[in-house]
Amino acid sequence: MPLYQLTVNNKSLKVEADEDTPLLWVLRDHLNLAGTKYGCGVGQCGACTVHLDGKATRSCLLPISALKAEVTTIEGLSENGDHPVQQAWKEHDVPQCGYCQAGQMMTAASLLKQNPHPSDAEIKEAMNGNICRCGTYLRINQAVKTASKP
Amino acid sequence: MDKGNMKRREFFKISSVAGGGLLLGFSWMTSCKQAKVKAPAAVAEALEMPKQWYEMNAYLKIGENGVVTIYSQNPEIGQNVKTSMPMIVAEELDVDWKNVLVEQAGLNSKAFERQVAGGSQSIRQGWETLRKAGATARQMLITAAASQWEVDPKDCYTENGLIIGPEQKRLSYGDVASAAAELEVPEEVQLKDPKDFKIIGQGKGNVDIDGIITGKPLFGLDTKREGMLYACVVRPPAFGQKLDSFEDSEARKLTGVKDVIRFGDKIAVLADSTYSAMKACRFIEPKYEQDKPAESSIDHDKELKALLEKPATEHKRNDGNTDKAFKEADQVVTRVYEAPFLPHNCLEPMNFFADATGEKVIMHGPIQTPAWARSRAAKILERDESEIEVSMTRMGGGFGRRLYGDFSDEAVEISSLAKAPVQLVFSREDDMTAGTYRPASKYKLEAAIKDDKIVGYRMREAAINRNMFDAIAHFFPAGAIPNLQVSVMKHDSNISTGAWRAPYTNFLAFAEQSFFDELAEIMEVDEVQLRMDLLEQAKEPAEKDEKIEYSPARMQDCIRLVADKAGWGKKGASVHQGISAYYSHNTHVAEVAEVEILDGVPTVKKVYCAVDCGIVINPKGAINQIEGGIIDGIGHAMYGDFSFDKGKPSASNFHSYRLIRNQEAPDIEVYFVKSNIAPTGLGEPSLPPAGGAVANALYKATGKRFYKQPFVKETSILG
Ligand code: FES
Ligand code: FES
Repeated sequence: MPLYQLTVNNKSLKVEADEDTPLLWVLRDHLNLAGTKYGCGVGQCGACTVHLDGKATRSCLLPISALKAEVTTIEGLSENGDHPVQQAWKEHDVPQCGYCQAGQMMTAASLLKQNPHPSDAEIKEAMNGNICRCGTYLRINQAVKTASKP
Repeated sequence: MDKGNMKRREFFKISSVAGGGLLLGFSWMTSCKQAKVKAPAAVAEALEMPKQWYEMNAYLKIGENGVVTIYSQNPEIGQNVKTSMPMIVAEELDVDWKNVLVEQAGLNSKAFERQVAGGSQSIRQGWETLRKAGATARQMLITAAASQWEVDPKDCYTENGLIIGPEQKRLSYGDVASAAAELEVPEEVQLKDPKDFKIIGQGKGNVDIDGIITGKPLFGLDTKREGMLYACVVRPPAFGQKLDSFEDSEARKLTGVKDVIRFGDKIAVLADSTYSAMKACRFIEPKYEQDKPAESSIDHDKELKALLEKPATEHKRNDGNTDKAFKEADQVVTRVYEAPFLPHNCLEPMNFFADATGEKVIMHGPIQTPAWARSRAAKILERDESEIEVSMTRMGGGFGRRLYGDFSDEAVEISSLAKAPVQLVFSREDDMTAGTYRPASKYKLEAAIKDDKIVGYRMREAAINRNMFDAIAHFFPAGAIPNLQVSVMKHDSNISTGAWRAPYTNFLAFAEQSFFDELAEIMEVDEVQLRMDLLEQAKEPAEKDEKIEYSPARMQDCIRLVADKAGWGKKGASVHQGISAYYSHNTHVAEVAEVEILDGVPTVKKVYCAVDCGIVINPKGAINQIEGGIIDGIGHAMYGDFSFDKGKPSASNFHSYRLIRNQEAPDIEVYFVKSNIAPTGLGEPSLPPAGGAVANALYKATGKRFYKQPFVKETSILG
């Protein structure tokens, strides 16, 4: 099995895995970073969203052999759970089951990095790729709005 | 009189449980301690962990420093009971919520009466018991303090974790917890007057929030145990098929694959990682043979339609003389409404951990019905239930799917065959194609109108596999119309079906509330007025009829409130409003949906919702549930499309199955009818009315009536 060198949450790590193993499963099974979720495996739900060099990306579709960027997962979004997005998620008590929320927050954090003050329509558009089966969309949008305030 | 709450259960045997608990402790408590169930980070930081815990009863323990741990007995599927149930205990215990930690209790049928997530019943059925659990402990703490002071307990009271005695003597709960834990459990305890509630009625955040926002492994799929293998299963691709033989040599060659095992008509692949197991499944070459009929939805449609026309074999309710009423009517209105199968699609696919290799069988994972899972596991393994420990994780959604423990059965069986601890994982495709689906159904609704009144009503249900629960036949309009008949027919199928969030009513409410809208139009009365009039007529009959659970007066209050908040009939011509009101799971709900035409597309912009669920335990969580139910209801009414062709499901993943997304969710405003009546649940009740409210608003916007879900399949105008 090939050995891969990768940077996850600012740490340099080595992983042995089949080359077609999606980053999602490397994170979850090999690196014990289970915060990144599996929802569909085909790029449709956004539960597996991580940052590659700061940009939101689906980790379920990316084979480990094709990984060229630094990875940030929900566990590394902030040191103490105090990223503005995390704080806003708490303030608005967004989750129901909570399963989709890591992916939602990673998408939101990436949006705010590129566009610190998105309009309501821009928020909805950016968040549209992330399914929340429990239907917490309204709170998600409110939380993104709150996190976007200076 | 609120009949929904009349059949109170007797107070459970907390005394005996608590008495035993003090001395014996419970196995699950020990296991909780070992597993070091982590407190939410923020709370853990703020609270000094006690050196010693004193178990007051099965629901709570108190540390020498006054910190309280409350065990949440019911499975948490996103309905937020892990926050709201402990709030009830904490209220009656009279502690500061800041000093409370919450832990998920494992399955313990001796200590807890009902460890189920289903039917929106956790709060309603837990209410009295949870209050008494808190109040009993509080009483014991008072008694312990009073005896230390040598005063009469009657001269003492509590305040936020303190016992206050004569001359302003004070002791904290922590000071007397060890003495209190030794006391006899009082039989009778004084409960708080609802007007003194300090925690109930306040919005409290989700107790797992810190874990969720930092990606802690809270869910079943996150389970990792020493020596564990991952198992994925190859199941027959179509209902009615059975496994003949299979070839697994290619699969076995793949890295990480440890074993391939046949069990029944399924093949388990065991590997050292999830991906290896999933991938290896694709390299298995199974051969199937047709065992039972290969059923198709097209044929179900014909069958169900035929059943709507056959003479009824079973009446669920039969008032007056419907034949006569229909014969003498000025006008008869008949409409048929049609629902497809639906998969649940919990975002966390089914999974379960089982270790059947040791002295104790360990089962751990996301399940709404842990006690059933244990009893089936006992049968599968031919072991005694007492040798099986079940604990529940937080669940990535339930919606009814996790009532059915086919996955926990599989995990147990595979673990026992493979002689290894096993984490069973469904891929999304497994989850969607090996489901326990909402059964397809059709309803024929008929009304007899005479002298501008609805004098007769018939409802016929034709459904796959099972018919509506008896109680539903006595929902509205029972009592409102003198000649009324509810009859049911079913068609047996080998497709596995079961409860899906708000079973039966999730579609029936749409059918009924669309039908009454059309009747209002035909009778030329306002839709809100027609409902209010019918409910008025239902008041007297509902008082007399034991079987009628809903309260016409409470429903009228909801309708009045929602009509007021939505400005019913007062919006300009560009806002098209539709109303729907439905009682289910002991909660009354009325909704007004607003549709506007945006860029030529009718769009659901806003939903107003009024709810009477009695006392609202946690408004924050309550509103979240209600919003979610409405969005779920709209999503499935608009887009939910699932069928079978020769036993094979029509969709297998989210590219071929459409779920509602962020941009499609309307704004929602939620209002509660103020009430001091005992609380009822909210996991389901806001869903059933949503489809009807939207359909009625869409009709006003477009002139098109909807009789079939999903709506997007009925017209191209919805985009
Ligand atoms: S799991 Fe990657 S998009 Fe769904
Ligand atoms: S909170 Fe359950 S899927 Fe989003």
